[in-house]
Amino acid sequence: MTPLEFFLAGTMSAATVFLLAALGELVAEKSGMLNLGVEGMMAISAAVGFVVTYQTGSHIIGFIVAGVAGIGVSLIFAMVSITFLANQVATGLAVGILGLGFSALIGKKHESLTVTAPDNIQIPFLSDIPLIGPVLFQQNIVVYLTIVIAILISFCLNKTRLGLAIRACGENPKAAEALSYSVYKIRYGAVAFGGLMAGFAGAYASTIYTPLWADGMIAGRGWIAVALVVFGTWKTGRIFLGAYLFGMVSLGELVVQSFGVSVPSQLLSAMPFIITIVILAIISSDRARLRLHAPYALGEQYDGSEPQ
Amino acid sequence: MNGDQKPLLTLSKLTKVYGSLLANDSIDLDVYPGSIHAVLGENGAGKSTLMKLAYGVIKPDAGEIIWKDKKIDYWNPAVARELGIGMVFQHFSLFETLSVVENIALTIKGPQKDLIDRIRMIGADYQLEIDPTAMVNSLSVGQRQRVEIIRCLMQDLKLLILDEPTSVLPPQHVRALFDALRKLQNDGVAILYISHKLEEIRELCDVATILRDGKVTGKVDPNETSAQELATLMIGRSIPKIERRESDHKSKDAILNITNLNIKNPDPFGADLKDVSLSVFGGEIVGIAGVSGNGQQELGRIISGEDIKGDLEPSTIEMFGQSVTRKGVIERRDLGFSFVPEERLGRGAVPSMTLSQNSLLTAFKKDMLKNGFIQDDVVSEFTDKCITEFSVKASGNGASANSLSGGNLQKFLVGRELLLEPKLLFLSQPTWGVDVGSANEIRQKLISLRDNGVGILIISEELEELFEITDRVYVLRSGRISSSMQTSEVSPDEIGEYMIGEEIEEGQNAIAV
Amino acid sequence: MLLQFERRHTASKSLIFATPFIAITITIVISSIMLLIQGKSLQTTFFSFFIEPFESTYAISEVFLKFGPLLLIAQALAIGFRAKVWNIGAEGQMIMGAILASSIPVYFNDSESGFILPAMILLGAFGGLAWAAIAAFLKTRYNANEILVTLMLSSIALQILYYFLLGPWKDPMGFNFPQTVMFQDAALFPPIIFGFRLNYSLIIPIIFTVLVWIYMEKHFGGFKLTVGGLAPRAATYAGYSANGAVWKSLLIAGMAAGIAGMSEVAGPIGQLQRSVTSGYGYSAIIVAYLGALHPIGIVFAAFFLSVIHIGGDYALVTADLPISSVHIFQGLLLVAYLASYTLVNYRLKPRKNRIEKVAYHDAT
Repeated sequence: MTPLEFFLAGTMSAATVFLLAALGELVAEKSGMLNLGVEGMMAISAAVGFVVTYQTGSHIIGFIVAGVAGIGVSLIFAMVSITFLANQVATGLAVGILGLGFSALIGKKHESLTVTAPDNIQIPFLSDIPLIGPVLFQQNIVVYLTIVIAILISFCLNKTRLGLAIRACGENPKAAEALSYSVYKIRYGAVAFGGLMAGFAGAYASTIYTPLWADGMIAGRGWIAVALVVFGTWKTGRIFLGAYLFGMVSLGELVVQSFGVSVPSQLLSAMPFIITIVILAIISSDRARLRLHAPYALGEQYDGSEPQ
Repeated sequence: MNGDQKPLLTLSKLTKVYGSLLANDSIDLDVYPGSIHAVLGENGAGKSTLMKLAYGVIKPDAGEIIWKDKKIDYWNPAVARELGIGMVFQHFSLFETLSVVENIALTIKGPQKDLIDRIRMIGADYQLEIDPTAMVNSLSVGQRQRVEIIRCLMQDLKLLILDEPTSVLPPQHVRALFDALRKLQNDGVAILYISHKLEEIRELCDVATILRDGKVTGKVDPNETSAQELATLMIGRSIPKIERRESDHKSKDAILNITNLNIKNPDPFGADLKDVSLSVFGGEIVGIAGVSGNGQQELGRIISGEDIKGDLEPSTIEMFGQSVTRKGVIERRDLGFSFVPEERLGRGAVPSMTLSQNSLLTAFKKDMLKNGFIQDDVVSEFTDKCITEFSVKASGNGASANSLSGGNLQKFLVGRELLLEPKLLFLSQPTWGVDVGSANEIRQKLISLRDNGVGILIISEELEELFEITDRVYVLRSGRISSSMQTSEVSPDEIGEYMIGEEIEEGQNAIAV
Repeated sequence: MLLQFERRHTASKSLIFATPFIAITITIVISSIMLLIQGKSLQTTFFSFFIEPFESTYAISEVFLKFGPLLLIAQALAIGFRAKVWNIGAEGQMIMGAILASSIPVYFNDSESGFILPAMILLGAFGGLAWAAIAAFLKTRYNANEILVTLMLSSIALQILYYFLLGPWKDPMGFNFPQTVMFQDAALFPPIIFGFRLNYSLIIPIIFTVLVWIYMEKHFGGFKLTVGGLAPRAATYAGYSANGAVWKSLLIAGMAAGIAGMSEVAGPIGQLQRSVTSGYGYSAIIVAYLGALHPIGIVFAAFFLSVIHIGGDYALVTADLPISSVHIFQGLLLVAYLASYTLVNYRLKPRKNRIEKVAYHDAT
């Protein structure tokens, strides 16, 4: 593989971490729930996923258990912010802190161990095309599955009745309830889905992308995933592009080194965060666009109280 | 008539309590098929609560609901819909970013293509045309109401409940709605019609149940009952008629002058303002009529100073001869301007704060601060004065704003702003959701203020109110304003015409909205 | 669910006092269960957490050492949270304050001037304030969500710290560790008791607490911020500047965090190094909430959490508990608090049974 092919291929893999988490958060936010605990959910799933994969030798079981861990943590968020009507911002942060704390506990004894990442799939014929071949058609299975999931989510949200119901909850929960949709159930479900995806994202990060676990390994990627949903103005396609942009940025060190430019490594490490701030400022300043696309009831408590 | 027919729906001893408030007290009501049954009462009488019980949005604390002779143990909107009950809410339950057919698809099963065809068919049938693919946020209020009605008609409708349907319609559209309702009646559908408008009920309904303070005070045939009797049943006492004299204190110069106001609304769902010009003089009451959604909110926020657009000409907004276009809320108040917004809780007052704290909100310049530190005794004094002078029923100045009834909170807010001794007063929907007694007191106060030389601007959706107290009136439609009209020289129908524009086609029923 | 929540007419004042205790109780119960599952001794653990921190004067002084920065940052954060300005980046602001303050002892390591310490305080305040100002600017000018921006800025601040520690400010005699030279005495706060780490910087959080209390309870500025958080449209109606609230909240918090950072490097750490913040920026969030966002409550909450932190240090040795248990306890505490707070505005009522099928009876 040429360095360029290596870089581009690596981008797809790096992007998958962001994409899985961001897609999950998208669904949750479409239903009106702002879950800021993504970083913590990813952290605990990374630890759980790694430990289970290491102990069982199976990535599939690791992913499943990590997904369950993600769902579990997200349900704490759902319970406190939906049933107990607590402020969503504070609750998300609290759950995130909890997830980070647990991840250290769970992963402690497995530091500096590694698992073997599964082999990449080689799609016949297509993977022989120069440049595009190795980049697009020699990825591991999770990368492809994520793309499929992205397409399915877009279809579901825009074309199915379930998607309509989810969007209704995010726009006007009182009206949705008046039409006999259970806002509680739909939101719980959307949040749980977000937890599942964050779980997969964490497991992918620790068992495939960099097949080891270290304390603090998520390193802010969960927060970037939350930002991605805003960048993409709650549209699957744009979030997809954003994830790939950040995948590229997180490999920035490789690019710079291959060009022989000497830049302090700290600047490169800070790049994803600097870029996030810049894009966030640009996108957010267009208030009209935000109003058009952001779920109207995002982050607001809904207590189903009987209107007086 | 009803003869030996069985009632379609019977509400029996329905009771609903909210904390210490008995919203519905053992209410009995029978609706017969093919009848248009009015539920009449003033704001706060319990009509909306009763309708929500009838539709299953809320659960009763006592009492029964009986449908076609069978007692229903379990009641929610889905069950109600299944039985053939449809409800058109006062504040519509539509989703702005979805299209008409998508909204309907949320509760009516079927492929979209079929739904679109049915929407067009029903629309033509009842003269309630609407484009099924339009996004709801692009529809006017009248059009949205059509969507709600069509949605009800797409079930197997036996009973249609309408909650204050005409409060958002100009006179011509009211007639179109009545025609549609009569056609429904002919088709055997029963209608439950909630309103506080006596004349409409007399025109449309064949039976009326009157509520007052949560209880049934009468059940009559409105055609055989005079407006006076209905009013008495509704209110329980006679309300003094407003003393109206022509204003003779009009000031020489305008104290509020708006010239060629043009605003492009950054909110894609909001209205733009185009070339709006109006003026208010001291010693007169000026009204702005119009159906909500035509720019009232935007205009209100520009007048109050809550919205400031930096790109406007300085002369666009002038108060007392000075340009205030770039000036903020507090600076405008310092000049002698005061206002009461349409939203009481959450904007006019902080719901969880006490009345004293809410006084501090806008009245802080009334000696309430010394070097920025709050003088509690001055605040208390002010609040007590407000409560007494404006007959606010509250447990004291420590009562929280959300513990007051709508009418009392409105009296408090009006009182607070009046105690700032403004020379220019602006009120948006001054008596919305306020009981008749309090509404009357507020209107009386406004008239006496006017007689003392204060200039008052009112934005209101209630034509009756505008005709009762204003000297001049404008109409706001689609962000444009009409020229000024003398209230005494114009009729409600003419105002209605301005409200809907020139697009009235031949034939009463085909009205483009 | 057998019970459901029903909105109260007016918030229950007594429960505002009770909720922190309810939350602490729930957290202790859950933590105990987790300890038992892991086979740890409950008695030893409780001893380490709640008794050992008070067993010696030194231990108590360590509790107060932790108490200072937590109190300082939490008070400032609470002001912002009440105005619904979410500053999650106190860590970064602390770091920037520490960096700027450290510049003096790093470049003037031999000076014994009495101006050094005051200058460091000013630089520390300015560093945190300037860093928070970036977020305030982006929010007011570009509508950029301050949660994400302050968080990103924290990550960036960390990189800046590493840059200085591994680069221009690395101690040449420091065995290549990422740390600066040790600061001279003139750049350190004098200790309260000789030989203990607790120093006079404790005065700053105490004075700050008094000022915050006066400001929020008695001053119109505090009133305006509170209104902005409770009812933003009412604040606009009254003419209060929303942008002003954002600036005030972030600048005060940044300044406080910066001073806290400075007091760490000019205190127990004695130099600039990687672990300058010890997670105070995040713990302070929990302290702020546990104290019900009230200046007096925060004093108690800060004290409680300081005890827990020091107890955690002891538990590491005495009860063989990993340090992450303190973080888990904190997280649980906040979650439990947020859940319990519901009772302030809602009461529990038995749920009226929902039967799925419609039951038809004949009318009586």
